[in-house]
Amino acid sequence: MMRLELVKRPQRSMLFSALSPFIAFVLTMIAGAILFALLGVNPLKAFQIYFIEPVSQVWQLHELAIKAAPLILIGVGLSVCYRANIWNIGAEGQFILGGIVGSSIPVLFPQFEGPLVLPLMLLFGMIGGAAYAAIPALLKTRFNTNEILTSLMLVYVAQLFLDWLVRGPWRDPKGFNFPQTIQFNDSAILPELMPASGRANWGFVFALVAAVLVWILMSRMLKGFEVRVLGSSPRAGRFAGFGINRMVFFAFMLSGALAGLAGISEVSGAIGQLQPVISPGYGFAAIIVAFLGRLNPLGIVAAGLVLALTYLGGEAVQSALGISDKVARVFQGMLLFFVLGCDTLIHYRIRLIGFAAPKLESAPKLEEAR
Amino acid sequence: MSANQDDANLLEVRGLTKTFGTLTACDHIDLNVAKGEIHALLGENGAGKSTLVKMLFGTLEPNSGEIVWNGQAVTITNPGFAKNLGIGMVFQHFSLFEALTAAENIALSLDDGSPISTIAAKARALSYSYGLPLDPQSLVGDLSVGERQRIEIIRCLLQTPQLIILDEPTSVLTPQEADKLFETLERLRSEGKSILYISHRLEEVKRICDRATVLRHGKVVGHCNPRKETAASLARMMVGTDVQAVVRAPAQGIETAQPLLEIRALSRKPATPFSIPLRDINLAVRAGEVIGIAGVAGNGQGEFFESVSGEVQQQDAASVRIRGKDAGGLSITGRRLMGAAFVPEERLGHGAAPRMKLSENLLLSRHATDGKVFVGAGGMVKSDAIYAAAQRIIKAMDVRKSTPDPEAAALSGGNLQKFIVGRELDRRPSVMVVNQPTWGVDAGAAAHIRQTLIELARSGSAVLVISQDLDELFEISDAIAVMHNGELSKPLPIAEATFEKIGLLMGGAEPGHAEHALETS
Repeated sequence: MMRLELVKRPQRSMLFSALSPFIAFVLTMIAGAILFALLGVNPLKAFQIYFIEPVSQVWQLHELAIKAAPLILIGVGLSVCYRANIWNIGAEGQFILGGIVGSSIPVLFPQFEGPLVLPLMLLFGMIGGAAYAAIPALLKTRFNTNEILTSLMLVYVAQLFLDWLVRGPWRDPKGFNFPQTIQFNDSAILPELMPASGRANWGFVFALVAAVLVWILMSRMLKGFEVRVLGSSPRAGRFAGFGINRMVFFAFMLSGALAGLAGISEVSGAIGQLQPVISPGYGFAAIIVAFLGRLNPLGIVAAGLVLALTYLGGEAVQSALGISDKVARVFQGMLLFFVLGCDTLIHYRIRLIGFAAPKLESAPKLEEAR
Repeated sequence: MSANQDDANLLEVRGLTKTFGTLTACDHIDLNVAKGEIHALLGENGAGKSTLVKMLFGTLEPNSGEIVWNGQAVTITNPGFAKNLGIGMVFQHFSLFEALTAAENIALSLDDGSPISTIAAKARALSYSYGLPLDPQSLVGDLSVGERQRIEIIRCLLQTPQLIILDEPTSVLTPQEADKLFETLERLRSEGKSILYISHRLEEVKRICDRATVLRHGKVVGHCNPRKETAASLARMMVGTDVQAVVRAPAQGIETAQPLLEIRALSRKPATPFSIPLRDINLAVRAGEVIGIAGVAGNGQGEFFESVSGEVQQQDAASVRIRGKDAGGLSITGRRLMGAAFVPEERLGHGAAPRMKLSENLLLSRHATDGKVFVGAGGMVKSDAIYAAAQRIIKAMDVRKSTPDPEAAALSGGNLQKFIVGRELDRRPSVMVVNQPTWGVDAGAAAHIRQTLIELARSGSAVLVISQDLDELFEISDAIAVMHNGELSKPLPIAEATFEKIGLLMGGAEPGHAEHALETS
């Protein structure tokens, strides 16, 4: 009988901490190659289609930016939560509520046009996301419920609420009974950045701005310091006079607002109306983005682009090779698995323990490299 | 040490070395423990005592060197193996489940499947035969720290060890309880068992130990017979230089001085089933004086500190008053803004965030009181200003470190404590409340910290020191009160206080003293 034991390393290697996301990426590639081979596809050809072709033309880079924008926006917000040791798993729901609340303006007041419409929609989207994120925060601070469960369950509530809206009260009366709202009027559409070369919209700019602002918040401001202290040593945070309950609300509502902004940007930019489904799981994929980016807002920008590519690649292999686009989910799952695995092995080493008799006298072990 | 003793040695350690990164915690340690002796392992914090003991008990793996047990070289891979060899260990911090009974706790570690009732009977018999009476059916949560230590000792003895390692065993005991423990240890020695006794308390080492091995900075600096040494000569071996004695200038004009910190009828219900309630505590600390609070660990000191600091606020605003104003309803930040400063017992994780730099840890307790200096417009942290202030404190308190602004966890306990105390002193607080100022701190740093606390008081501040180290309290206090089971005795002026009197109060004797007469003399 053997068993595995994780033994904490006395020191973590700085080099491998930095390399960890790249190692995880390489391991994902290797596992992906095996996966493609088992599906009977030449891995090299599949990789070519999955990772290279979707970004080989300018308009495709625009598509990448469209997919990356919500991932980065949500991931940046989640990084604040996770640094504070608060586990918001419900960004998908906050994304949807942001989309719904922001859309209420063009849907309920289709005659309202002008330059004010879009800023108001974005603001409403952020408020919607933040308010929805405040629910698990309230439950946690008031009743000490587990925010992982409550925020996750609220995702399904949000999904069903959206489904009901577009089939019921908000359905387009002239839409031939399709479950969708009216098309937004022009002033409710998020403009494209460079319409000449592709359809990427301002959502990507919001994502970059949010990443820089949150980076400043976390590394330069007292509030970011508060987040880091409460996340790493809550007792020291209490000693500092930082309130943990206030922090729960702050982190949830900040990440909710960013998820909401992502939601309304997606609806008003990429879709142009509300549909039963407005997200291919951005809120969950952003969890991977946050960790792959090492909870650093600037790293999250890079990680968001990588994850966006897995979406595009999934669509590409489906059309080119006839493989289910669920393969994208598999890639995302493997990536998270390997990132977390690498991180664990940086902090711990694995020891095999057998049930052997006590060893007598063994020569002192040669010191391992450093 | 001499060769002719080798055959009688139970344990021989030769050239044992352990490195953590660039730090050599144990550097070619040699140690011999003979059968039937009490062997002291002396050293300051960070000298490598714990690392050495952990290697002997199998929780750390040495880089090189060998351990010889009963004449045979062994590789101790885990604590279970150490137990099988006959090495038992009583840790400084107990590992007991409070919600289980003593017998259940013992059964958990024995792991041999015998029924609880058998274990309980054995434990009871053993405990009485060694003069450590213990009721195996009692819940650990209801027991005093001294009684909990008994469980650990009994648990260790039930495994019939030949070598018992005790890590700072008296740090949690009253003087009277310590005497009891010494009797037990002498009894064990007379039965031929060996004891490795880790301590920094020189008087007790001189009293019960046959031989001593002194460690400094990971190296053995000497073997000696402690009975032939003086406390001063042992201290010199440990520290390497003479330790400066703390000077306590006489307090002047205290009688007429204003109380800066007042506690009035402070009570608190227990927050958890196993925490101590505070019962009607009254105390006044005047400008210019140091008041010490003695007590065995776990008698409400932690709860008291939390209540005074404002980490836990009071219903009755008048139950804590700072500089003549009610502060009971204020948060810790509010109390700091009134001029109070606090140093908690735990350095890592409470007084400081382990993974943060010293400059960031400066901000931890001073972001509000020095907001103008350290935090700029829009909540931006002025990192230059906090860095400069941190360096000022590091210099003033002689904090030793390897890089200009290291993480708190990278400092030794003593150096981090100097920084944490210095961080508060730098503010010139008018009220200073310190819990265990020199717990686990080396002698040189401890003397420095004590001296600065006295000087702060003499410069016109009120200083309240909670400590389990009686020597320390006698060194720095103008009056000592004793906390027992959530009650605080009347402060005893230092001229009237003796170890005997304080020890009895610590054990809960003389309940008359627990009556809280506010008016003194």
